[in-house]
Amino acid sequence: MTTRRGATRSIRADKSSADDGGRTRRTIVAIVMVVLLFVSLTFAITVGPTTITPIDVWGSVAHHLGLGTSPLPELRDGIVWQLRLPRVLTAAAVGAGLAVSGAVMQAVTRNPLADPYLLGLSSGASLGAVAVLLLGASLLLPIAAFLGAMLALGLTLLLASSLGRITPSRTVLAGIAVSALASAITSLVIFWTVTGDSYREILGWLLGSLAGARWPEVAIAYSAILIAGVPIVLSGRVLDSFAFGDVSAAALGVNVQRTRWLLLGTTALLTGAMVSVSGSIGFVGLVLPHAVRLMVGPRHRALLPLTALVGAVFLVWADTLARTLFDPRELPVGIVTALIGAPVFALLLARRKASS
Amino acid sequence: MTADPVLPATGVSDGLEASRVTIRLDGTLIIDGVDCTVEPGTFSALLGPNGAGKSTLLSVLAAVEKADSGNIRFGGAELREMHRRQRARTVAFVEQEATTELALTVRDVVALGRTPYQSLWSDEGPDDAAIVTRAIELADMAPFASRNFVNLSGGERQRVLLAKALAQQPELLLLDEPTNHLDVSAQLSVLALLAELATTGVTVLAALHDLNLAAAYCDHVVVLRNGRVYAAGPTRSVLTQELVRDVYGVEASVLENPMTGRPVIAFSPLALG
Repeated sequence: MTTRRGATRSIRADKSSADDGGRTRRTIVAIVMVVLLFVSLTFAITVGPTTITPIDVWGSVAHHLGLGTSPLPELRDGIVWQLRLPRVLTAAAVGAGLAVSGAVMQAVTRNPLADPYLLGLSSGASLGAVAVLLLGASLLLPIAAFLGAMLALGLTLLLASSLGRITPSRTVLAGIAVSALASAITSLVIFWTVTGDSYREILGWLLGSLAGARWPEVAIAYSAILIAGVPIVLSGRVLDSFAFGDVSAAALGVNVQRTRWLLLGTTALLTGAMVSVSGSIGFVGLVLPHAVRLMVGPRHRALLPLTALVGAVFLVWADTLARTLFDPRELPVGIVTALIGAPVFALLLARRKASS
Repeated sequence: MTADPVLPATGVSDGLEASRVTIRLDGTLIIDGVDCTVEPGTFSALLGPNGAGKSTLLSVLAAVEKADSGNIRFGGAELREMHRRQRARTVAFVEQEATTELALTVRDVVALGRTPYQSLWSDEGPDDAAIVTRAIELADMAPFASRNFVNLSGGERQRVLLAKALAQQPELLLLDEPTNHLDVSAQLSVLALLAELATTGVTVLAALHDLNLAAAYCDHVVVLRNGRVYAAGPTRSVLTQELVRDVYGVEASVLENPMTGRPVIAFSPLALG
C-alpha cells in the first residue's frame, strides 16, 4: 500500500519494457523466415526431372527482368520461367494467404478450430470448378471457382442473418450447412458425369493442387495478397483487442460489428482468390497459426506476418514434395499438407492439453 | 511535481450524470427511466438484488450497449456523442469474469488498455510501455508481469483486468461485480485499491452484491430495484434496516463496525418453511 501511494506522484516506469526479450525473439524468427523463404523458393525451382542450379535460376530470373542474358538454353529457361517459377510463387502466395486467413478466422470467431473454409468457401469453389470441368460452363476455372466461393459466402451470410442478429456462432453453423449442401451437389455432379481421365482432374482439384499454376494464377494470387492480405496483416492490433471478447473490445473503443464484418469479408476474398487458383488445400489455415503461436506468442501484430511467412515456406515445400515424391506422377498437394498437418495438429493438441 | 502517467492530472469537474435512461432487451423493459449521479472522485456502489438491472445499466453507462432513451453525461460531455476512441480514453469498463483463450502474459493483457491511444498500425511507444508498467504497479501485479494470464487465480486476474482498465487512463471506472468469486482477502484488497483510486480523482462505480463490502468501502450507493432507482445517497443514510427489508426482502440490523466506525449489516436468519 505505502509503495503504491508513494509512487502515485512520480513516473517510476522503467522504459526498458519486459517485452524486449519477446521482441528480439520475434525479430530473429522473422529474419530467419524471410531468408528461409528465399532459399526455399530457389531450391524448389531447382528440383525436378530437369536439374537446374540455383545460380542458373537467378540468372534466368534476372534475364527476364531485363538484366543480362539467361545462362540457360531456351528449353530449360522455359522450364524455369514458364513452369517452375510461377508455380512456386503461387505456392508461396497461397500458403501465406491461407495461413493468415486461418489465423484471422480463429481470432474473429474465437474458435481455435476455425479454418479459412469455415464459411463454405471451399465447397462453393469446388462447385464452381466442377461446373467448368464437368458441366462445361464456359468460364475460366479460377473465375468460376471464385464465383462459387462468393456465392457460398453470400448464402452463408443470408442464412445466418435469417436466424436473427448475425453472431459468429450462427455464421459458423450457417457455413456448415452451406458447405454440406454444396459438397452434396458437387458429389452428385461427379457421380453422374465423371468418366476416366476427368476423374483424376476433378479429384486433383478437389484435394488442392498447384499443377496448373502459371503466370495468370500468380497475378490472381498476388493481387489478392496486395488487396486483401496486406491490410489484414496490418490489422493485428485490432484483432488483439478481441482477446477478451466483444464487450471488452467495445470498451477499448473498437467498432466491434464493423470490424468483424470487414475482417471476415476481406478474409473471405483472400481465401476465395487462393481457392480459385489452387483448389481447397486443407490444414494450412488450421494448423500453421497454432504452430506459429507457439513460436512467437498469440499477439497478432507479430503473429500475422510470421504466419504468412511460415505458410509460404510450408506450402512451397509441400508442393515440391507433391510433384517429386512419386515422380513422374504428381500428388495433389492437399494430400501432402493433410499428411503433414494432421499429425502436427495432434501434436499441438497434446501439447495444449499438457500445458493447461 | 511530476504528473502520474496513469492517474488523472486534475480533478474532474463534473461526475457521472444519467437521466431518464431506459433500456429494453428483446422487448422487455430492463431499466425504466433511471436517474442517477456519481460525484467525481468518489467510489460508489451500484446495489440491488439479482435481476434488478445492475449489469445492464453498467454496460450502458460504459457505452458498450446502447440505451433506448435517456442521456448519460460525464465531465459535462454526452458520452454517446463522443468518438469511440475518445470515450475509451475517458471511460474504462471491467466486465464480470472476462477471460481469453489466448496465452497472453499479464503485460500483454494490460497493454490492450492502450488500444484507444494507438493508431491501427503504430507501434507501442515508450510512453505506452511506461503507462502499462505503471498500471501493473498500481494494481500490485508487478511480480506477475510476465506470467500467463490464464494461469492466475481469480483475484489475480481481477487485478490484471483492473490494470488493463487503468492503462486506458480513465477518469471514470465502471466495474461489474469485481469481487465475484474472490476470497475475502482478495475482495478486500480489490476494493481498497478502488477506494484509493477514487482519492486520486478517478470516479469509480462498481456493481456489488455484498452490502457489507459496499458499506465498508463506498462513500455513496445507488440501489436499484426492478430497473428503477429505489434509493441513492451517502452509504450511511441509504443502507438502513428498512431498505434491506424492502429491496432484498430480508430482515437485518445495521450495526457499527468497531474497527472502522462504518456500518455493518447483520442479517437475520430466514424462517424456514
